[in-house]
Amino acid sequence: MTTTTDDLSVVDPLDSGRRGEVINGYELIVGLEVHVELATATKLFSASANRFGDEPNTHIDPVTLGLPGALPVLNRHAVELAMRIGLALNCTIKPSTFHRKNYFYPDMPKAYQISQYDQPLNVDGHLDLPNGIRIGIERAHLEEDTGKSTHFGGASGRIHGSTHSLIDFNRAGVPLVEIVSRPDIRSAEEARQYVTELRAILVAVGASDAKMEEGSMRCDANVSVHKPGTPFGTRCEIKNVNSVRSLGRAIEYEARRQIDMIEAGETVRQETRHWDEGDGRTHTLRTKEDADDYRYFLEPDLVPLAPSAEWVEAVREALPMLPGARRARLAEATGVAPDSEAIMVVVERGQDDYVLAVGHVGGDVARALVHVKEAYADAGAQPEVPAADLAVLTKLETDGKLTATQAKAVLADLVVGGGGDAVAIAKSKGFEAMDTGALESLVDQVIAENADAWAKFCAGEGKAMGALVGAAMKASQGKADGKQVTALLNTKRG
Amino acid sequence: MADALPTTAVDIADAVRAGRVTAVDVVERHLAAIASREADIHAFNLVLADEARAAAAAVDAAVAAGRDPGPLAGVPIALKDNMCTRGIATTCSSKILDGWRPPYDATVVTKLAAAGAVLVGKTNLDEFAMGSSTENSAFGVTRNPHALDRVAGGSSGGSAASVAAEFAPLALGSDTGGSIRQPAALCGVVGVKPTYGYVSRYGLVAFASSLDQIGPFSTTVDDAALVLDVIGGHDPQDSTSIPQPHPSLREALRDQDISGLRVGRITDLPEGCDPDVLERLEVAFDTLRAAGARIVDVKVPAFGYALTAYYLIAPAEASSNLARFDGVRYGLRVNAADTNAMYGATRAAGFGDEVKRRIMLGTYALSAGYYDAYYGRALKVRRLIADDFDRAYQSADVLVTPTSPTVAFPIGAKGDNPLAMYLCDVYTIPTNLAGHPGMSVPFGTGADGLPVGIQVLAGTLGEPAMFRAAAALEAASKRSMA
Repeated sequence: MTTTTDDLSVVDPLDSGRRGEVINGYELIVGLEVHVELATATKLFSASANRFGDEPNTHIDPVTLGLPGALPVLNRHAVELAMRIGLALNCTIKPSTFHRKNYFYPDMPKAYQISQYDQPLNVDGHLDLPNGIRIGIERAHLEEDTGKSTHFGGASGRIHGSTHSLIDFNRAGVPLVEIVSRPDIRSAEEARQYVTELRAILVAVGASDAKMEEGSMRCDANVSVHKPGTPFGTRCEIKNVNSVRSLGRAIEYEARRQIDMIEAGETVRQETRHWDEGDGRTHTLRTKEDADDYRYFLEPDLVPLAPSAEWVEAVREALPMLPGARRARLAEATGVAPDSEAIMVVVERGQDDYVLAVGHVGGDVARALVHVKEAYADAGAQPEVPAADLAVLTKLETDGKLTATQAKAVLADLVVGGGGDAVAIAKSKGFEAMDTGALESLVDQVIAENADAWAKFCAGEGKAMGALVGAAMKASQGKADGKQVTALLNTKRG
Repeated sequence: MADALPTTAVDIADAVRAGRVTAVDVVERHLAAIASREADIHAFNLVLADEARAAAAAVDAAVAAGRDPGPLAGVPIALKDNMCTRGIATTCSSKILDGWRPPYDATVVTKLAAAGAVLVGKTNLDEFAMGSSTENSAFGVTRNPHALDRVAGGSSGGSAASVAAEFAPLALGSDTGGSIRQPAALCGVVGVKPTYGYVSRYGLVAFASSLDQIGPFSTTVDDAALVLDVIGGHDPQDSTSIPQPHPSLREALRDQDISGLRVGRITDLPEGCDPDVLERLEVAFDTLRAAGARIVDVKVPAFGYALTAYYLIAPAEASSNLARFDGVRYGLRVNAADTNAMYGATRAAGFGDEVKRRIMLGTYALSAGYYDAYYGRALKVRRLIADDFDRAYQSADVLVTPTSPTVAFPIGAKGDNPLAMYLCDVYTIPTNLAGHPGMSVPFGTGADGLPVGIQVLAGTLGEPAMFRAAAALEAASKRSMA
């Protein structure tokens, strides 16, 4: 369950600020509510283990089950992880309180959820997308998760129409942080970028493993459309979005649905809608009229949470470098745009040190980016090769002492061996770049043996170049440098 | 020889620790008293005779082995049946907890056991501690040991009656709006509601969490101090328990001199108190003055409006606290067509009228559109009440009032009139809203020869002064009887 923020924020500006893509004259406005499970050892208010995937109902205790007389005690580590999230999202950490959100549901053991309400821990932050667009963060607050119900006997797998239900309380009381963005997102693609970047930050600060497929990160989207210059439209909240890809699809579908309704002269109702991955549509879950009255009030079993300035500073000091800063550092070192695919991949794979080391020894950093993007992707798992070893390899290639093909072969050995001396490996493989004279005679030979391709190449058919280079590589058994072959072919064509 | 056995908790513990009497003899005498009068009084929902004998034997074995069983060695104690006891039914005198046995002990139960106390039974109460007469119990009314046609007060009526009937020298109750002090007054025993957070609430089934506090019943002020010294103190399992250690109350009682103590007489106390009770109040002031205290007049307007705020705040919290009794995990379940119908059927069958009344009141007070006018407003009044007390405690160390406006009333007299019943707590409720301590000490008799209790109140952690004033009243009361 999410904390709806209806009565907490008033968002109704005529001007949405930044203009997003406009579909049929309508602008899309999206705000995201992301729940993440914190990577604590124990639950938010009890000593039971916070662990996913174990036998049902093995991590339970009087507090988790809401037994009469049991009382919650706040988990200090959960507060610290929530503060890491807040600081990483540029929030202000404020004195905060907990409320009870009252509703009946079988997997909610106390019949109320303890959640931060009008005084959340983290407020007023922002997240910068790799392309520089800034998305406001309204709040990031602590709350407890519910148990997990599985319904049987019905067609839908939902409680309605089922004959019986089983409840696993292992998840009940697991600490969550709910991160509520401002309605600053203007397209499905931006929503995907936001969630991807948020996930990278959460993993970087060690707050959560943030796996959407395992449910440790869950995303609800508030979607509305309006004509630019008019007030925001009525929004619908989309639930049950279980992957970044589904998020984009659901937003696109929902925007289209709302635009079609308005165009048909109908009115969009404020409601909560359920994304159905199977049919690719959203369906009404509940309308505003039958929304629960949660009767929020201050949780009397807990005391206010006001982290000291010293604690906040200690958490801030201990934060690692965040993905945005890492991208900026790599962009600076390589001259490549921070949101380029190559840099995104390097940051995602944590290969910053390697790329920077290549630059440090005077290697071609652009080549290093390609190594990460292609060669490492082939290697599958994260290669455990010291950055310095890799830097030596790239330098050999940069200096023309190894061809790209040879470098790739050496790299494969480094990956298998978990590092090593690239110079020695290259020598043992008998790799040495061909000298210019030998290369030139090789190219002449290739031209002679591939007269058709040469003619096409000379006639301006770009594709023919590939055949000629390939033939040169084959003839040299990979020793020729593709770039130099290309250069020679161009020179000879004149 | 039974007559030679000590009767107070202090004397029993001393004698058992010294090996002068056995805990088994002590518990047998109390079990015999239960056997002879419990059928008339109905103080208990459950008598734990076998468990008590075993616990007493263990205490004796410890003494025989040269170990100290603790400050409550061999002292029988009765426990209000809203405190969790591992493996032993805990009912809150409600049908909705039918068959439930807690898998854990309340912190007070753990502390009592560690101190050598012997649990003799779980006592009757108004269902979920909601009431002032113990008539709202699903298991029948508790009768006043002084007059069997009268109520014992409530909601901790079973605990008060068990001490008054000498079933146990000590009992624990819980006090949300007067539920320890009022039955103590009506049954002629000492009853203490400590400062909020003095005693851990872990394992106390919540009625109104911001008001609930566990406290003792005893026959003497010293005994109450003894048990509070055992059960008080910080509990990491209760976030609202006071972190700093508090001084021993038994130590505080060694100084009996109250000369110079400023005793506040509230001049704007709400009317409606019976004249026989007011007469005893005047005697109380005379007694304290004679002992050297200074009587000062104070105004505490809070007494005039606290009841209204209380009947919004307490039911609001109760509506949330009692929502967990939904038939899903434990206790009663009445099956029905779907989940929502099961909730309704279970709660309709499981809760009594007074509990339902308060759940509805509280749900309404918290509802969208009514919150500001009711619950929100009550919270503001609550702050004003604390301010009122703070002003009064600038000129007085303790305040003295009647505990209850009347002596014990006949069973059934107020059953049809909830408002009349709520007024029983007009003098006790303001203290709970302020989080302050209060205690009732027996002080002679009123109409029909029934006990009258005098209430002593103090500010936050003002227990030492409160206990000294109560001890002075107790001493005078005992002298006049002698």
